[in-house]
Amino acid sequence: MRIRRAGSLWIVASTAFLAAAPFFLSTYWILILTEILTMSLFAMSFNLLFGYTGLLSFGQAGIFGAGGYLAVLSLLHGPSSLWGAFAAALAGSALISLVIGWFCVRRDEIYFAILTLGFGMMLFTVAHNWRSLTGGSDGLGGFTLPPLDLFVWRGSLADPRHFYFLVLAVALIGAILLYRMVNSPFGLMLRSIRENTQRLSFVGADVRAVRLCAFVVAGTLAGIAGVLFAFFNRIASPEMLHWAFSGKAVLMTILGGSGVLLGPAVGAAIFFVLEHVITAYTTNWMVFLGAILIVLVLAFPRGVLGSLLDLVQRYRGRPRS
Amino acid sequence: MEAFFANLLNGLSWGMLLFLISMGLTTVFGVMGVLNFAHGSLFMLGAYLCLQFVRWTGSFWIGLILGPPLVAALSVLIERFLLRPLYGRDVSLQLLLTFGLMLFLDDGVRLIWGAAYHVVNPPEVLSGSVALFSRSYPLYRLFLVILGPIVGIGLWAFFTYTLWGKLLRAAATDRQMAEIVGVRVPVLFTAVFAFGAWLAAVGGALAAPHQSVGPAMGERIIIESFIVVVIGGMGSFPGAFVGALVLGLLHSFGTTFFPQLQMALPYILLAVILLIRPRGLFGAES
Amino acid sequence: MSTPILLQVESLSRSFGKFQALSDVSLEIPRGRLCALIGPNGAGKTTFYNVVSGRYRPTRGRVFFEGRDITGVPPHKLVKLGLLRSFQITNIFPALTVLENVLAPLAVMHGMSFAFWRSLSSQQKLVEEALTILERLGLAGQSHREVSTLAYGDKRLIEIAIVLACRPRLVLLDEPTAGMNPEETERMIRLIHELAAHSEITFFVTEHDMKVVFSVAQTIFVLNQGRLLAQGTPEEIRANPAVRQAYLGGSLDAERA
Repeated sequence: MRIRRAGSLWIVASTAFLAAAPFFLSTYWILILTEILTMSLFAMSFNLLFGYTGLLSFGQAGIFGAGGYLAVLSLLHGPSSLWGAFAAALAGSALISLVIGWFCVRRDEIYFAILTLGFGMMLFTVAHNWRSLTGGSDGLGGFTLPPLDLFVWRGSLADPRHFYFLVLAVALIGAILLYRMVNSPFGLMLRSIRENTQRLSFVGADVRAVRLCAFVVAGTLAGIAGVLFAFFNRIASPEMLHWAFSGKAVLMTILGGSGVLLGPAVGAAIFFVLEHVITAYTTNWMVFLGAILIVLVLAFPRGVLGSLLDLVQRYRGRPRS
Repeated sequence: MEAFFANLLNGLSWGMLLFLISMGLTTVFGVMGVLNFAHGSLFMLGAYLCLQFVRWTGSFWIGLILGPPLVAALSVLIERFLLRPLYGRDVSLQLLLTFGLMLFLDDGVRLIWGAAYHVVNPPEVLSGSVALFSRSYPLYRLFLVILGPIVGIGLWAFFTYTLWGKLLRAAATDRQMAEIVGVRVPVLFTAVFAFGAWLAAVGGALAAPHQSVGPAMGERIIIESFIVVVIGGMGSFPGAFVGALVLGLLHSFGTTFFPQLQMALPYILLAVILLIRPRGLFGAES
Repeated sequence: MSTPILLQVESLSRSFGKFQALSDVSLEIPRGRLCALIGPNGAGKTTFYNVVSGRYRPTRGRVFFEGRDITGVPPHKLVKLGLLRSFQITNIFPALTVLENVLAPLAVMHGMSFAFWRSLSSQQKLVEEALTILERLGLAGQSHREVSTLAYGDKRLIEIAIVLACRPRLVLLDEPTAGMNPEETERMIRLIHELAAHSEITFFVTEHDMKVVFSVAQTIFVLNQGRLLAQGTPEEIRANPAVRQAYLGGSLDAERA
């Protein structure tokens, strides 16, 4: 109980900090926080699959990028509506993940990783090669961001602070959805699949359907994160769909803690800070990140936040609940 | 006809390089159950070491002979200190570890050799071209096409007829049984991993005069060789051979006939094969 | 609803290539009667279990459960009908808590696999049902422990708890005491007795440990080389010369001594 209270205290405090940040941080840091929050949502979607369901996806970026492209396409060819763009991306990424998921969730472990990687790269080649629609390797930009219309209030998203609030709101909604999900009976199904897929199917569960649901939810959230990313950069580019970008979600999740709800968010923050610090000395900062990943996998598979939580629990001498 | 032959030759030579690296990948997976994300980086390391030896000595052959054992030695360390603690744990952890290793090696290469691309000239004997069907083809490509099957047959003979090969296959099929009959499995694992790395590095050294040597070469080939071993059937040698040929030919003919689709073809093939034959073309049904 | 015969197996055969693992086995399990299946190694016990529980299809023959033909019905569908098996190798959810191990099958049983917005811990009915099962097995005190930290015998009980959570009417227990120390074995025997006497569940046990079989079972079936060699009460089986022969004339006596 005490742990839970301490935990919610932390969450309330950091949410308050994030909500108040635009009032005391410089624009530079607001931009960085915006990026961190966007990537947090992306990595959390990956964590639903890997951390909770045990499915290591290397194709999450494919759906992330598809969401970004769909939103930009909807702005370029459809009505100039922010919610319209979000709706198009949401429906599109849900549909794409349904199709990809239908193929991938039948397989486990390595096969799942390779299959998702393959499908993600298929999407990448679509973005990269279908020049007339996607602008090819140049990416798809040249759109104007419509204003944020909240019916009672309208504001320009050209203001980084307004854009920040939009991203914060979307990321929070995503986090709340995931929180409810992992603590629901469905969430228990996911963890049971991670622990022992075969056993769960022997008690009569439709493992494939449960996995597919998780895949679609994760894909849709990734797609939404992709919209934020494309809007933030004012361009949707093929790199967003490349498997190396999926690797970022993997890294952030392992860094922060897989199977811990806010692990990927913490991981995303650490990722950006590290990038900042290390790239001041060398452009080849992946050397360090690779080394850190190796150390984490070997010594701290539960990541920074996961290991901290374990430490607190051991210190209090309470069993996990 | 000429275009066809050119495509065929290009496809086969790329396929042979893919085959070399896929062989190592599939052997390591078959025996140890580890899918090595860093395998392409070992391939790349082989190419860079070859480049370095060429710079020092001017001889490609020295690079081909001395480079791969160095890569194998490095992978002995990798296996003993990084992979070994993860045996018997979640397969995903092994994949993640080798993913970290790939990031480390790929950027490490950039740190040492820079981000630029380098050219390694084929050795004297193999430079130049030969005339075939009234067109000239680079001799080095023909060399690769001929070398591929020789290496393939050599490996097949090794696994079929030598004691070591038989032990490897035994350990791959049933680790416990192999232990019971006295195989020292940990030593065997180290050897297999080093062997796979050696093969990858040989592939890399051979690739050096075939394509430019650059930091992205590992990333590119690892994805393609993943596809090769999956469509061929994980752990299967004939599968790796057929898969590599198919992918190599798909690459060259695809570029000619479906330039728009060419990049997507391997992934489409992967999805189709796994739908029809979930265990791959030569995979054992379990 | 109460047919007296719960499980009826009619001339069941299964071969693997040329090897005849089961040939023409017929038997009936009456509701509420604790039955056991024994036989020397390789007699076909595991094959029999795998065929009845839907893992393999039989080459010939039929299986009826409560009068319904269930031949070749896959395991996850048999669960819904009320036929379950436990596993010889501990087959549980290691990093989940004791409570969650029981809640998972319960959530499936209650059709809540896809309930993603409700909080699990607020599902009073589910949690109470889970705790009732755990109490029955003497595990309620450890409900918040991660099962991977439990002792071996307790892990085996979790296996039983998962099976009970599926509200079965027939449970095939595959070597429930395998690998247990004498105390744990003793506890398991008591538990099976208790459950058989005070629940609607019928148990069908295979065992290596003859002591367990003879102290638990009311009816014993003996398989040998894929055929049903004998059936009867423990006394009848003990006295059966063919059975003694099958067990190389020694092991049964040894058990008794």
